[in-house]
Amino acid sequence: MSELVRVALGALAARKLRSFLSALGIAIGIASLVSVLGLSDSSKSALLDQIGALGTNLLTVEAGTGFGAGDSALPETAVASASRVATVEATAAVYSVDAAVYRNDLVPEDQTGGIRVIGTDPGLLETLNGGMAHGSFLTEGTRQYPVAVVGSVAAERLGIRDLDPAVMLHIGGRWVEVLGVLEPFALAAELDRAVLIGDLAAEAYFDAELAPTVVYVRVDERYIDETRDVLAGTIDPENPEEVEISRPSDLLEAQSAAESSFTGLFLGLGAVALLVGGIGVANVMVIGVIERRSEIGLRRAIGATRAHIRRQFLIEALTLASLGGTAGVLLGVAVTYVYATAQAWRVIIPPVALVGGLSAAVAIGVVAGLYPAIRAARVSPTEALRSA
Amino acid sequence: MIGPEAPTVARTAPDPSAPAIELQEVSKHYPGSPPVVALDRVSVRIDRGEMVAVVGQSGSGKSTMLHVMGTLDGPTSGTVLIEGIDTSVLSDDRLAAIRGRRVGFVFQRFFLLAGVAVIDNVANGLLYTGATRPQRREAAAAVLERVGLGDRIWHRPNELSGGETQRVAVARALVHEPAFVLADEPTGNLDSASSASIMDLFMSLHDEGRTIVVITHNEDIAATLPRRLQILDGRLHDDVRASAN
Repeated sequence: MSELVRVALGALAARKLRSFLSALGIAIGIASLVSVLGLSDSSKSALLDQIGALGTNLLTVEAGTGFGAGDSALPETAVASASRVATVEATAAVYSVDAAVYRNDLVPEDQTGGIRVIGTDPGLLETLNGGMAHGSFLTEGTRQYPVAVVGSVAAERLGIRDLDPAVMLHIGGRWVEVLGVLEPFALAAELDRAVLIGDLAAEAYFDAELAPTVVYVRVDERYIDETRDVLAGTIDPENPEEVEISRPSDLLEAQSAAESSFTGLFLGLGAVALLVGGIGVANVMVIGVIERRSEIGLRRAIGATRAHIRRQFLIEALTLASLGGTAGVLLGVAVTYVYATAQAWRVIIPPVALVGGLSAAVAIGVVAGLYPAIRAARVSPTEALRSA
Repeated sequence: MIGPEAPTVARTAPDPSAPAIELQEVSKHYPGSPPVVALDRVSVRIDRGEMVAVVGQSGSGKSTMLHVMGTLDGPTSGTVLIEGIDTSVLSDDRLAAIRGRRVGFVFQRFFLLAGVAVIDNVANGLLYTGATRPQRREAAAAVLERVGLGDRIWHRPNELSGGETQRVAVARALVHEPAFVLADEPTGNLDSASSASIMDLFMSLHDEGRTIVVITHNEDIAATLPRRLQILDGRLHDDVRASAN
């Protein structure tokens, strides 16, 4: 066996460029398969890590669009009611404020930039596992003053890069100082496009009604479904059907599922690349059989059986495909490593990609090598050795 | 395939008293329209230790006859006996084993593997005999010494002259100590001095008792050999033995 591999390697080495190019075809196909599998697993794990870090125990409670529901607000007692449920760990409410935000008093009135003003309580940041990019969030001390915290997208639209020097916004005809800029909320993207002010300040300065539009609720992990079932009735005993409760982490899980379906598409493309690579190997082997007729004839003359010749060409194709496959696996791992690292994902190379990549290469080698090998074995030695 | 004159029980072991090579009514046709008749009912018997020249125009069927004698190709009809064994009953493996152990082929175009050292080209003659790589190289070095290329074993074929290249090819044909050497125009690509030295080499092999069949275009060379077969249009036209020897 080692003898056959040595002969095959010698034959491939004698045609270095051609062997390299056809192995390259296989390598690209395998590399794309391995990197697609590696990247999809790495990104999925990043997403799952994110979901895990944010927690799947966050519920959002909103006023539904049920019969007779016009004002789309929850009862004023919603937060207090929700907090009374034993399995609720934290709550935070947001209130809509009827005011527009401008960078200064010279911006035309209709250029609101689509930014909402929202009143909230200091517990929001913790309840949503949010973070600050600059400055600080609202506190018990500042919730009653005309100060604001800006969501990540809103900050970008308002052109706020940092808070030095201090930034003032013109909200509802009043100057408001910006205390902080938020990092994006993974589980409440709607708040990224908002400017947040204290609930007490909203009431005092902007005439806001303290009926929450959304209540965010952190629930004991073990009782998520049970809590979910009782929350609506607790918050609005009169019209529980008008309370809508959702779980934002479901969205991320759906996103993860959506990415999986893209993975399928890319795997298909990788398989096409591999097929093309396999055809390349088959082509090189067929050309090899035609070109190397005299070598085949000579080998038969020095005692090679048809089986020897068939095996030789098959092993050449296998060697070519295996070399390409190995290079492809390494390349795919490298691509996964570089891209996942650049995306700050954990690098995950699924073993099935490694084993599957190499097996696919070997299978391609057999399929691509079989026909040329059979042809080589059938070459008539007399014709192959014709002197003229 | 087996003619009416074939023995009822086919031999599968060599018969020491049988002739080295015997063709009985051997024909070889190649398919096509019209089919090419390369050999037409050739019957010839070559005894052990004979040295035979095969002459004839190109396309007359000389090479085909040589290949059939060496079991490289099977006849369309007729019987080929190698040391008394009917080759038509042998499997591809057995035929390959005959070529690998009993027959040494030499070709006009040498057929050395470019880029492979002389010693390994010669050692390749033992590739299908089951010998290990060190054994093959040892035998190759010995036979290269014998054909006068002991100092060239690590050269590449393209670093050698034509005569030297053919010596390498002869060494490859001899490395497994074959009983028969079948040479197809071994001097066809060589100048007269190189041709003479190759023929001297064949003569010395003949003196060792090997059976040698040489196809040649060269009348002068043919005239020096003890027996001459002339092939014309696939038929054995003439079979002349020199009175001397």
